[in-house]
Amino acid sequence: MNDSVSASTIAFRVNGQSHEVKAYPMARLLDVLREDLRLTGTKEGCGEGECGACSVLMNGEIVDSCLIPVAQAHGSDITTIEGIASDPLNQKLIDTFVEEGGIQCGICTPGMMVAIVNLLKTATPSTLSDEQIRSGLAGNLCRCTGYAKIIEAVRKTVS
Amino acid sequence: MRALVSDYQMIVPKNLDETLKLLHSEQNVWSPFAGGTDLMVVFETGKLEKKKFISLWNLKELKFIRESDDTLEIGALATFTDIQRNSIVQREFPILYQASQLVGAIAIQNRATLAGNLANASPAADSSPALLVYEAELELISAQGVRTIPYTKFHLGYKQIDLRPDELIRSIRIPRRKPGVGAAVSGNQSDVHYFRKVGTRRAQAISKVSFAGFFGAGLPGKSPVVRIALGGVAPVVIRCYQTEAMIQNQASISQMDFSALQLKLFEEISPIDDIRSNKEYRAAVCNNLLGDFLKHVELDHRTE
Repeated sequence: MNDSVSASTIAFRVNGQSHEVKAYPMARLLDVLREDLRLTGTKEGCGEGECGACSVLMNGEIVDSCLIPVAQAHGSDITTIEGIASDPLNQKLIDTFVEEGGIQCGICTPGMMVAIVNLLKTATPSTLSDEQIRSGLAGNLCRCTGYAKIIEAVRKTVS
Repeated sequence: MRALVSDYQMIVPKNLDETLKLLHSEQNVWSPFAGGTDLMVVFETGKLEKKKFISLWNLKELKFIRESDDTLEIGALATFTDIQRNSIVQREFPILYQASQLVGAIAIQNRATLAGNLANASPAADSSPALLVYEAELELISAQGVRTIPYTKFHLGYKQIDLRPDELIRSIRIPRRKPGVGAAVSGNQSDVHYFRKVGTRRAQAISKVSFAGFFGAGLPGKSPVVRIALGGVAPVVIRCYQTEAMIQNQASISQMDFSALQLKLFEEISPIDDIRSNKEYRAAVCNNLLGDFLKHVELDHRTE
């Protein structure tokens, strides 16, 4: 048996607020967000970095929160779907998603939103091609929509 | 079954010096952990045997990409996103640029490091064929000092690498080709940089076969430089020296005996059946990609 590992204090910012949590260093950021901070908008799909359902922004860049040991998130700045949803700048994206049927069962939606926000932060909306949208969302799987409605929603949002 | 998180330790050292000292004083206790995109997948399945990790993620000393006149040096913590954004990679090493775009998807590229891809030692690693054709070398560092080895010597066998338990990869050094030196010319329009990754889909797939080919046009009276590297068809990623030599010695690409070349390539690879593909398919794909590479070379050199 290993000598026992103790929980350590992790300090980070989540959606603009400072938090301190006690967690095992190899606890997944995903679990700390959902279970310790009760931010259950971030979903677990595959748990192995394949589906993108657990996407969050870490220091402004999209990451899979299931692949991040929380010890490595110490001192970082995290934005989850809750932070994205409460930002008025993203209201048009959310409304368009609903109108276009980009949401069905909803499990992939938080991760999709994070990926779209990540894509739009650098892209020039007027020149955004379908190819760019597709590669921006290539790490996010959806088993319901067939993607066409999601891509259409992004297209409408930027137009 | 999922791993029990309380069984696993991770420490976050302040700097490289502290990291190397610990790796040296407690050898075989601590394992390096960079972006975690491979290790966390194994962790999640409950099969991660090592239990004590030393996080490298915050080591600024290893997070760099810098160039000199003759070398591009990529620090061990440069991610595939960092690599794609580098203008020298884009301009002079297009195979590495393309391979970096095909690792997982953006969320993975933001965390996965080039050095981690090499240390994970998968025979299907996306970046390895690029480093083989560009003849990279690795700088390895420990509390004892630094040693440099050609990347071709790093993979000793399936999942076995030439890296001591107290060592880390410090950087990957790639020689820049300079005008007038050797046969190829930096940024030479007539150089062909060819890369194909064949998997079930473009993003998030682990490749069945990957193929990197470099063709550097020769100076007048000199043979061209031909380098070919393949992933997913041997216990390690391989350079195909004999196939290269056969192409190099041809006066004309369009008139060469392709079936003899194909036999030579098949001598150099040893594809197997596994969960991602089977040996017949892999061999067929290698053959087709070799043909496609030569077609690109021929199209670019039809005036010769």
